[in-house]
Amino acid sequence: MNTPAPAPGSDQPTLLSLRGICKSYAAPVLTDVDFDLHSGQVHALVGANGAGKSTLSRIVSGLTPGDGGAMTLGGQPYAPGGKAEAEAAGVQMVMQELNLVPTLTVAENIHMGHLPSRFGWVRRSVMNAQAREALTAAGLGDVDPSAPVSTLGVGQQQMVEIAATLRRSCRVLILDEPTAALTDPQIDLLFEQIAMLKQRGVGIIYISHRMDEIFRIADRITILRDGRVITAQPTGELTMDVIIRHMAGRDPVEATDMGERTPGAVKLRVEHLSRGKAVRDVSFELRGGEIVGLAGLVGSGRTETLRAIIGADRPDAGCVYRNDSSTPVKIRQPRDAVRAGIAMIPEDRKQDGLLLSQPVRANTTLATMGAVSTAGWICSGDERRAASRFNDIVELRGAGIEQNADELSGGNQQKVVIARWLMRDSEVMLFDEPTRGIDVAAKWTVYRELADLAGRGKAVLVVSSDLRELMAICDRMLVMSAGRIAGEFTRGQWTYDDIMAAAFSNYLNRKS
Amino acid sequence: MGELRPSRRAAIQRMAAEYAGMTLVLAALVGLFSAMSDHFFTTATFSTLANRAADLTVIAVGMTFVLVVAGIDLSVGSVLALGGSVLGVAMAQWGWPMPAAAALCIVTGLAAGAVNGAITVAWAIPSFIVTLGMLEIARGGAYLVANERTQYIGDAIAGIGAPLAGIGVSPAFMIALAVVIIGQIVLTRTVFGRYMIAIGTNEQVVRLSGIDPRPIKAIVFMICGGLAGLGAVFQTSRLGAADPNAGIGLELSAIAAVVIGGTSLMGGRGSVINTFFGVLIIAVLEAGLNQLGVQEPAKRLITGAVIVVAVVADVYRQKLTRARS
Repeated sequence: MNTPAPAPGSDQPTLLSLRGICKSYAAPVLTDVDFDLHSGQVHALVGANGAGKSTLSRIVSGLTPGDGGAMTLGGQPYAPGGKAEAEAAGVQMVMQELNLVPTLTVAENIHMGHLPSRFGWVRRSVMNAQAREALTAAGLGDVDPSAPVSTLGVGQQQMVEIAATLRRSCRVLILDEPTAALTDPQIDLLFEQIAMLKQRGVGIIYISHRMDEIFRIADRITILRDGRVITAQPTGELTMDVIIRHMAGRDPVEATDMGERTPGAVKLRVEHLSRGKAVRDVSFELRGGEIVGLAGLVGSGRTETLRAIIGADRPDAGCVYRNDSSTPVKIRQPRDAVRAGIAMIPEDRKQDGLLLSQPVRANTTLATMGAVSTAGWICSGDERRAASRFNDIVELRGAGIEQNADELSGGNQQKVVIARWLMRDSEVMLFDEPTRGIDVAAKWTVYRELADLAGRGKAVLVVSSDLRELMAICDRMLVMSAGRIAGEFTRGQWTYDDIMAAAFSNYLNRKS
Repeated sequence: MGELRPSRRAAIQRMAAEYAGMTLVLAALVGLFSAMSDHFFTTATFSTLANRAADLTVIAVGMTFVLVVAGIDLSVGSVLALGGSVLGVAMAQWGWPMPAAAALCIVTGLAAGAVNGAITVAWAIPSFIVTLGMLEIARGGAYLVANERTQYIGDAIAGIGAPLAGIGVSPAFMIALAVVIIGQIVLTRTVFGRYMIAIGTNEQVVRLSGIDPRPIKAIVFMICGGLAGLGAVFQTSRLGAADPNAGIGLELSAIAAVVIGGTSLMGGRGSVINTFFGVLIIAVLEAGLNQLGVQEPAKRLITGAVIVVAVVADVYRQKLTRARS
């Protein structure tokens, strides 16, 4: 193990100390992990998916008992018997998966577990007022505390969850991928909150795949790989390349030739597409062999645009044309879009992308059962061969075609969904946040796959909230703002600031 | 073909694992009753048992399909009564020949199922509520058709339900067996079955994959209704009469059989063969307790306990298979 070098916060007393933490399920997940967190320190925990970050944070937050090792909190032995005990000791965790009850209001969620009440009656006004304070502190002043959580976007829900956590007394705060669904301004607000907490002496364990954030706020970084601590160093002593190499255990894939392709003929033309307030008069073209980014803030209508194109939601107006045809494709439901060669790879793989309890094989062939069946009979040999072939193309590794989808890592799950549409031979592929929640190494694979799809002449549209990611992989970029296309840029002509300005443009003078 | 052999062997092992539990429970019950009653382990018992189980079997197959697509059909008992009444009136009053009347009975079931399915998918209403409505409507229809009287048919229809000389089982039971086998094949070997399982697992995924789940679900409800009609033919034949009060509570027996067989009420997982085992367990339990002279209240207590135990055991069985894989 490395000897701890001096770092910001290390002059403070050790707040939380882990020694020799072990945990095994079927296989060891954590082996002999040491970890120290000081007051007022942001300690980042990085590692590929499956490295053990989430398990470690679950042990600290009392959700899972460790198999071995010891913890101390503020010098006292600390062995929480459950989440409630950990919270009582001042250890709070904001989980990667949203933990809100969608049908309850924002205020009720914030006060979950201790609703202000008198004689058993909820004091709604007090509750809403307190919730408004908490929301304002988290920069969510415009969110109505009495609105049901389900009416908020994913990003806002995440912020509500953080606001709810910050209301409780807090010595150690664990943030597991808190920014996955947040926009840049929301991230800024979160980081202001973190700075305030640091000043109050709260120790923060910060888990994220986003290296730029880690370099922005972490004082110290611990890198996990396969359940072991590879290194723990002050942020200043590490570089991005070194971290990625440590995480992957090999050299990172070069980022070159991600863009710069020659686009072919028009594959998809969208004209004057509108749906409610979310999608307003959206028009654009996609060409074969190019990757087009669809940038914008969360809630700017990007997902809604994709859903309207494939008929998952019926558009109010507008047409979709394939190739150079002048007759629009009649799209009443996703089936019509799929038949026209247009596929959407949804953001929420577990909810909308995969049959989790079914094997990879069934997930791969789902959209193309006709090709592996005769007169309604499944030819199981054909099906297995097809599933193997397309999962080989997307380089599904470490998983067989008979394995259930819920046993795969996030990156592998994404590959299976791509394999489904490769098998369907879809010409137009619309990706919604394809790299959300997957680790850096798997992200590179997704980028390579996108480039590969474009190389096969497919038209690829990518929605992402990670603007730098889009700038790295796209040939062209469309920017949405408040439901409209607010800008279009080609590779080489864009700057980060220009794109951000376009993303904000329709929010500046408009009340919507 | 050589390359496929290891997966064949794995498939056989998986099959053994899947059916071993049910076979054991059934064997244990048979062994228990044989030990407790001298008259249980006889050809006569099994012959009666098999012939009585035919109607529940076909209805439970339909229910398995509905549960696999994450629906439920509470109307099967009433639809059976409606189909039976139509059959009874057609034969006893209109003088229809048996095959035509039986066909009309099945068509009645198909129609009721089609209405269930169409309303469920057209307005995206939970099938629980739609079929709860149909439970009342079909029962009312049965009373209307039969004029609230049992329709006596007699020997004209007895052929289907009566045991064949030499084999000891009725044509009804053999048809029911065929329905089980066809049902299992449809579920596991056809594209339609694959879509059913996929819809039950996650309908949204199916829709986004370019498959319209609505006609598939509607057809499943129709199949379930049609099989309730077939069940009505079997029951009427066995009793020689059609009673508009028949089949009250039958939907619960069917659901119990399906659930004992390990089919998930949440959809996406099910086996017609295991449903058949579920039916046999219920039938053996019923016959065995009858022979022991157990009174109705105790019979109900025991049957209920067996259902709960079977489902709890299934939870553990699943945990074990998941831990092993």
